Amino acid sequence: MSDQELFILEVTNLNVVLQNQVILENINFKIRKGNLLAIVGPNGAGKTVLFKALLNLIPHSGKVEWAKNVKIGYVPQEISVKDVPISVREFLSYGDKYVERALSLVNLDDKNFAEKSLNELSGGHLRRVLIAWALMDEPNILLFDEPTAGVDVGSEESIFSMLNELRKKSGITMLLITHDVHLVKEYTDLLLGLNKCITYFGESSKITEPGLQQKIYGEQVCLIGDAEA
Amino acid sequence: MSLPIDTLIYSLITGIFVGVAAGYLGSLMVLERMSLVGDALSHVALPGLALGYVYHFNQFIGAFAFLFISAIIIWQLRRITKLPFETIVGAMFTLALAIGILILPQVDLLEALFGNIASVSLTYTLAAVACSIIAVIATKLIYNRLVLGMISEDLALSKGINIGRVNLIYLLLVSLIVAIGIQITGTLLVGFLVIVPAAAAKSISSNLKKYAILSAVFGAGSTSIGIIASTLILRTTLELTLIVGPFIVFSGLIIFIITSIIKWRSSRLILSRRP
Repeated sequence: MSDQELFILEVTNLNVVLQNQVILENINFKIRKGNLLAIVGPNGAGKTVLFKALLNLIPHSGKVEWAKNVKIGYVPQEISVKDVPISVREFLSYGDKYVERALSLVNLDDKNFAEKSLNELSGGHLRRVLIAWALMDEPNILLFDEPTAGVDVGSEESIFSMLNELRKKSGITMLLITHDVHLVKEYTDLLLGLNKCITYFGESSKITEPGLQQKIYGEQVCLIGDAEA
Repeated sequence: MSLPIDTLIYSLITGIFVGVAAGYLGSLMVLERMSLVGDALSHVALPGLALGYVYHFNQFIGAFAFLFISAIIIWQLRRITKLPFETIVGAMFTLALAIGILILPQVDLLEALFGNIASVSLTYTLAAVACSIIAVIATKLIYNRLVLGMISEDLALSKGINIGRVNLIYLLLVSLIVAIGIQITGTLLVGFLVIVPAAAAKSISSNLKKYAILSAVFGAGSTSIGIIASTLILRTTLELTLIVGPFIVFSGLIIFIITSIIKWRSSRLILSRRP
């Protein structure tokens, strides 16, 4: 297999300008099949916009090249279910009829879980349902905008751990936007620092190296591990 | 003078079908928090209705033409300006109401604003039944796509759903049902039919299927109970008009109050069971 075939995504000179404001500038990176890439950066850095450009949901210039026959699963940061009386089964049925199978993939095996109303779920359960939704088409790449948004502190790690298990089982490539810097090192293998342009691209294990977080965030972010030490 | 029995039957059939369609379509409007859009949109029909009265052509056609054109203008303005539907419709309906009242002969004003079932004919009934069936089937086809767009526009777009197009189809279907409903409830009250039955259903529904079915049932319940109640109460004072709109509103509100009480009692029950 040639080196070219191993890349599932190649982004070349990607630029996004919205309402006369430069949101992303000269973005270049490549992702290999099976990678788990964490995208980190300060608020307003253009992380969500990057996803939307990759999905071709917003106007952009430059090249976004996906591998042939790629199937993309996408989980947005926010969904509005507060006012919608929709059950988990109904929501997942939009994607596939195999609702129970999808729920078991995300460790939601309770017998009556599918009949629960989406607006009654906890933040953690809702994120898992969204992952189940994204997995229904059996994608080979998953774009996940803040997997732990709205999830309580204790449940963050279990979501990352579940995503990691999924990757090991199915070999799915994942791109995650996250603020959980303390989980990046343990559960992801690549890191992309973004602040309108790419501020870092390399191994996630380097996140604890002196100066790197300063470089990505512009100010020091303390790791939980460091605080305990 | 009492209402001919065939007119009463035509009105009831029209009312039930329009009630089902308005309730079903309204369930989406309530979810999208566009309740006031449904109400305001109905007033846009007034100039078309007025032209029908003045130039002696079918008022339904006049109303529908105005609603149809307005729906396209609203949709286009929304796309260009990104302003909320409420803002655009709010501006348009006041203008339409002003024009309509200026054109409309005084003698026909009450009927246009509050409806008149005494003029419901067999042809109108057949047209109402056909339009209601078409509107319900067409809405069912786009229902899931519209709900997904409400839950997350990005999610819907990532599934290749053209949100702009389904919104336009939906607005046109609402226009059709509003135009038909005007004969029964009048322009001022037809908005009620797309809001209150769905709002009543929402308080006691835990899934979409139940919500959509109950919205349709409550819509039909409001119209049929309203028509029967009005004929029973007003039959001694009947002349050439029979205003049923207010009775439909009362019936729907009673359903809304009952479902609100059920919701309130069930939430109290849940709270009392908590340790």
